[in-house]
Amino acid sequence: MTTEARTATEARPPLVELDGVSKYYGNIRALEGVSLRVDAGAITCVLGDNGAGKSTLIKIVAGLHRHDAGTFRVEGEELTLGSPREALDRGIATVYQDLAVVPLMPVWRNFFLGSEPTRGKGPFKRLDVALMRETTRTALLRMGIDLRDVDQPIGTLSGGERQCVAIARAVHFGAKVLVLDEPTAALGVKQSGVVLKYVAAARDEGLGVVLITHNPHHAYLVGDRFVLLKRGVTAGSHTKNSVTLDELTRQMAGGSELEDLRHELERPAGPPSAS
Amino acid sequence: MSAASPPSDGLDHVDERLLRTSPLKKLLARPELGSVVGAVAVFLFFSIVADGFLRASSLGTVLYAASTIGIMAVPVALLMIGGEFDLSAGVLVTTSALVSSMFSYQMTANVWVGVGVSLLVTLAIGAFNGFMLTRSKLPSFIITLGTFLMLTGLNLGFTKLIGGTVSTKSIADMEGFPSARELFASTWTVGGVELKVTILWWFALVAVATWILLRTRFGNWIFAVGGGADAARAVGVPVRRTKIGLYLGVAFCAWISGQHLLFSFDVVQSGEGVGNELIYIIAAVIGGCLITGGYGSAIGSAVGAFLFGMTGKGIVYAEWNPDWFTFFLGAMLLLATLLNAWIRKRVEAVK
Repeated sequence: MTTEARTATEARPPLVELDGVSKYYGNIRALEGVSLRVDAGAITCVLGDNGAGKSTLIKIVAGLHRHDAGTFRVEGEELTLGSPREALDRGIATVYQDLAVVPLMPVWRNFFLGSEPTRGKGPFKRLDVALMRETTRTALLRMGIDLRDVDQPIGTLSGGERQCVAIARAVHFGAKVLVLDEPTAALGVKQSGVVLKYVAAARDEGLGVVLITHNPHHAYLVGDRFVLLKRGVTAGSHTKNSVTLDELTRQMAGGSELEDLRHELERPAGPPSAS
Repeated sequence: MSAASPPSDGLDHVDERLLRTSPLKKLLARPELGSVVGAVAVFLFFSIVADGFLRASSLGTVLYAASTIGIMAVPVALLMIGGEFDLSAGVLVTTSALVSSMFSYQMTANVWVGVGVSLLVTLAIGAFNGFMLTRSKLPSFIITLGTFLMLTGLNLGFTKLIGGTVSTKSIADMEGFPSARELFASTWTVGGVELKVTILWWFALVAVATWILLRTRFGNWIFAVGGGADAARAVGVPVRRTKIGLYLGVAFCAWISGQHLLFSFDVVQSGEGVGNELIYIIAAVIGGCLITGGYGSAIGSAVGAFLFGMTGKGIVYAEWNPDWFTFFLGAMLLLATLLNAWIRKRVEAVK
């Protein structure tokens, strides 16, 4: 497969830019006037609690929903995405929290799902299985993932490994923008670290990354820009050098809520029976 | 997942890990294993208890019985891997035969015209199933239950309306009948064993379906829409087109099956076919298809159909009352699916 290096020019418009984007479901205001910018080789983190509008935001970027107001630009061009396929064609790949893969299918079949290479003509047009297996192995290795067997059903991999395969897939298929929906939400500390490493690897390949998370610690580790959502509106927008982790955490939790949280956390460990 | 299989978790050394997958485990992971074990057991059983079972002529009979089920079990298995059912598959075979027969008879046309019209009508019904399913997003169980009932009524209603009786008129003396019979219902004698042409159709369909499943993009999509339709859609798989394609496959095989029915018996009973849809589904499930979709094989469905053929004919050769057939069927279904589930669990546990 081609492994041409991406050239990042500084003067280019942002890969993805949202300006005052709103989304309504009937009379429900899911998102109101949210702005966001994603540059090549940088990670934009979208932070917010449950129900803050994170999912709606990525659904707009991924082409699953159309926005109702505001402008949505991809590489400077204003547009409305009609389907996930259209988003993919524009170079926007989304890795969903649980939708990333088909569990019972082998890793290599999952890797190429929807974009399978074929060879031969007419009725003999067939999957290029050897190429698919080999490419899967090398593309994963390039991201630093060393799989024992690309033939194993992807459902037998751990959650973190599955995320990584999905990320490697997006990188391999030349995505320019990678949207990650809570990639660390269901993972332990070690696994989260592994996933964040691959997120950084994708960034180093020159991709623009949108990292959706409710964990400011994970966001601050890798992020360049931070957009905080709260009840559908922007509650804060920062670059890495304009905000500290404490500030980010405080803003995300909200002043009084954070105080409550601190009290809760400072309490000594409960009885061992407590879960 | 990671907690259940600590040894494979994390990133240890390649060579160490490669040792773990033995060829035996690979064999055990095949979806059709349960049915093969079952088939061998049933074969041995009837070889012992039924006198005529091992004769070469019996093989032809068993294969013929298996092929009539197998021709439909193949597309039904593919559909099941794609995550859907088709309860109208049984009566669709009858519909296809009726349309072919009645069109030729009423228009006094060459029977090939009827065969062609029948293909179009059958495919249209398949497309209808597919479109209704993908547009309404209702479960296929409901949609095809509706088509099943409607077709059952139409089969009887139209046949009585046009011909006055519940069966069609004989078309044996019509133009084109011998050549059509040659294609759909001829008999070959190979080394003293009479083999029906349906066996060839069956084997060809299994081969084509296996090729499609394992070596084409469409096959990859079938597994994907059955195993995770949302994930498939998100990576750009045309889920609707895949499902409609699967229903067209069922319709196409129903057409082959229907033409066989017509050209081997010359007249068609309009009430036939009810209940067969379950037999196709059972053959597919015995063959290792996961009822929830995403897993299975075409070869498995063939082994399932073969099991059917062996049991059905084996009971006759053993000179038992054929009433026992359904009991054996049910027991086999349970045993095969239990075995499948058990094997899959074990395979996944050691992984």
